[in-house]
Amino acid sequence: MFHFRKPKQPEVGAEAEQAPEAPAREPAAEPAAESLFEVEAHAAPATDETPGDLAEGLQKSRGGFMSRLRGLLKSGPAEADWDSVEELLIGGDVGGALAAEVVERARARKDSPTAEAAVREELAALLIPSDPRWRPARATPDQPAVLLMVGVNGTGKTTTIGKLAHLYRAEGSSVLLAAADTFRAAAIDQLRIWSDRSGCQFVSHAPGADPAAVIYDAIDAAVARHVDIVIADTAGRLHTKSNLMDELAKMRRVIDRRLPGAAPEVLFVLDATTGQNGLAQARVFHETVGLTGIVLAKLDSTAKGGIVFAIEDALHVPVRFVGVGEKLGDLLPFDPAAFVSALFA
Amino acid sequence: MFDALSERLRKTLGALTGRGRVSEADVDAAMREVRLALLEADVNFKVVKDFVGRVRERATGAEILDSLTAGQQVVKIVNEELVALLSAGDRTFHLTGSPAVIVLVGLQGSGKTTSAAKLARFMVKQGRRPIMVAADPYRPAAADQLQTLGKSLDVPVFRAQTGTTVLAIAKAGMDAARKQVRDTVIIDTAGRLTVDEGLMKEIADLTAALKPAETLLVIDAMTGQEAVHVAEAFAAAVPVTGLVLTKIDGDARGGAALSISAVTGLPVKFLGTGEKTDALEPFYPDRLAGRILGMGDVLTLIERAQETYDEKQAARMTEKLRKNSFTLEDMLEQMEQVQKMGPMGQLIEMIPGLGGMAKQAQAAVDRGDLRRLQAIIRSMTPEERRDPNVLNGSRRRRIANGSGTRLQDVNQVVKQFSELQKMMKQMSGGRFPRRIPGMPGQG
Ligand SMILES: Nc1nc2c(ncn2[C@@H]2O[C@H](COP(=O)(O)OP(=O)(O)OP(=O)(O)O)[C@@H](O)[C@H]2O)c(=O)[nH]1
Ligand SMILES: Nc1nc2c(ncn2[C@@H]2O[C@H](COP(=O)(O)OP(=O)(O)O)[C@@H](O)[C@H]2O)c(=O)[nH]1
Ligand SMILES: [Mg+2]
Ligand SMILES: [Mg+2]
Repeated sequence: MFHFRKPKQPEVGAEAEQAPEAPAREPAAEPAAESLFEVEAHAAPATDETPGDLAEGLQKSRGGFMSRLRGLLKSGPAEADWDSVEELLIGGDVGGALAAEVVERARARKDSPTAEAAVREELAALLIPSDPRWRPARATPDQPAVLLMVGVNGTGKTTTIGKLAHLYRAEGSSVLLAAADTFRAAAIDQLRIWSDRSGCQFVSHAPGADPAAVIYDAIDAAVARHVDIVIADTAGRLHTKSNLMDELAKMRRVIDRRLPGAAPEVLFVLDATTGQNGLAQARVFHETVGLTGIVLAKLDSTAKGGIVFAIEDALHVPVRFVGVGEKLGDLLPFDPAAFVSALFA
Repeated sequence: MFDALSERLRKTLGALTGRGRVSEADVDAAMREVRLALLEADVNFKVVKDFVGRVRERATGAEILDSLTAGQQVVKIVNEELVALLSAGDRTFHLTGSPAVIVLVGLQGSGKTTSAAKLARFMVKQGRRPIMVAADPYRPAAADQLQTLGKSLDVPVFRAQTGTTVLAIAKAGMDAARKQVRDTVIIDTAGRLTVDEGLMKEIADLTAALKPAETLLVIDAMTGQEAVHVAEAFAAAVPVTGLVLTKIDGDARGGAALSISAVTGLPVKFLGTGEKTDALEPFYPDRLAGRILGMGDVLTLIERAQETYDEKQAARMTEKLRKNSFTLEDMLEQMEQVQKMGPMGQLIEMIPGLGGMAKQAQAAVDRGDLRRLQAIIRSMTPEERRDPNVLNGSRRRRIANGSGTRLQDVNQVVKQFSELQKMMKQMSGGRFPRRIPGMPGQG
């Protein structure tokens, strides 16, 4: 129903050369983006800058919804069909109970010119502003910053690592990737390819090895080589599997023991198409390893990622990034205002 | 975290019993709960709307009016409607053609590659000779992943040189299948978004050329409201024959599958129940219905509860609770009742008069100390059973000796009872007027 327009993105080196496995998947030319997010409310009519199919897609997927909503809200908060606004939120995976709550609070507002504005403000109030200058912190200059990527199966952890690595490499940091998903078939090979693409150092053990040991060795290597940032991939795991969650807790302990006082960044990667289960996931991961941030992946899909509101409301963990595609540059800083707007697009 | 529907309905409809009629407002309240429960289970809101409409129609009917517990009846109706929707379509797995072709499609990360391997294993068990084709040339190491899985199963995997188109890979895979005398070809495709027209056309061309016996849409059980649109888009592009619902080993309710079946009529054909290749199960509509409701096999439970629980007795108990003339003897009777019904968890709580004791009793049953409770109460005189206040130290010691338990066990029973009594006093003291006592600590 909406698209996040990908930022114009000079890739580091030609991807085709670095990754012979992957034929180019996207049209080569991307339009320059005046803002990072394009939402219907501010959308200019398609110009020749916009590739035809993209413009068409935008047209198709959004037209109906937005005009319907405008129609609903034109008459002002008093007469607006609040039920339909609520449905819009529910359709965006905000959740039945939270959607009702938000609309309830919005109705109580007297200061907003329109219902949409009131609902938007209530929604925005649930989100934690994320500092765009945020960087993974290192405890002391001679220690690497450590990022531990966690989440359930198939959400986009490994791909996000590739994108993050690319980002920090472009900023001049040295990055080392730790292949601590030793479980899934070819997970190590997958991360190695991202490592090559983004120009990182790489530490892995054999498939089936103890993931905590991989992380330990990776930190050792990073300290010895004065690497700035270590990013550890982990196997996807369902939050209901206590043995796998214990395994993850152990990885966290290894980091704490090896780098006392370092407080690693623990990023929870959430698939934007996830429904209400996302809250249960985030809760258990938070209890187990202490999340410091969230990455909302696959936001280039038609899903809105509305479960994020409930998660931030409950856990107060900020969303750091959104994933908008499968290439190195397809990672954007989280922009709460744009995120809320996209829900209405 | 998730309230089971039964629990929600117990809260809203628990107060109905004893009043005789279920009013329009009561039905409204119940339907609100049904709606929220389904939304929490990720059933699409439009599907929920239709669904609630149908349930309301049936629930306002006469069958509810005289029944002991309106809540149970509503759950039963909801369950029946869910099962009906989930029974959509033709669930048989077709393996026509030689070789028979199975294509797996879906969003990124939904579980296609893993499911391909699971199906291959399943085919081998059936005595077939499958080959897998790695038709995902995009994701890093996707073909390696399939190849590793194939090796672990001793099933051949066909993979092509990079730069080959998906259609070319698939056709070459078919040639390989014929050459290696394979009777089943399982094609793993790349994850794709429905808005990616190029990639959607790619699988459309693939299925047009290969005419698969089965084109399975692999859907993650955790998928939210978009599931319907995703399924519609895939079904519009390729001839989808059914769903594989993956990651059902977690605690997601899987309402996405219900939405898809309701809107597209596509059946779920398999469930993915784990990361290993043996974690593939056939699909049973009633089980998923129970899961969406947040309970086990609801129907059986309700039936068993109704068989075991005597309505008259329930009414008598309700009356006692209201009048505050509840005795230790009654407590024992109730707990024995619970024990007789077996481990029915949440459902017990919907039965009037039992709600308050259900958890305590279940815990007692689980701990195995119901027998001790029985012994203790049976060692009491009728007077003591009616009014435990008379139980001084020497009486308690006598009871402990008589029942073969320890003094602290007797003390505990007395304490438990007085807590239960206190709770009931609070409830009849005007804070919860029409209500039958719920669970301790729950308003
Ligand atoms: N717990 C659980 N995990 C599963 C199940 N099916 C797949 N997975 C996991 O989900 C993740 C993604 O699975 P894949 O089979 O790679 O999914 P895919 O659809 O092929 O992914 P892409 O090719 O990347 O689009 C992996 O971590 C799998 O181990 C399942 O039924 N239960
Ligand atoms: N469209 C889209 N696909 C993504 C994004 N992030 C990851 N993916 C895809 O999702 C699938 C699972 O990603 P992967 O990184 O292997 O997930 P992991 O199992 O959590 O490590 C892969 O097919 C990725 O290409 C994203 O932001 N957008
Ligand atoms: Mg991974
Ligand atoms: Mg795959």
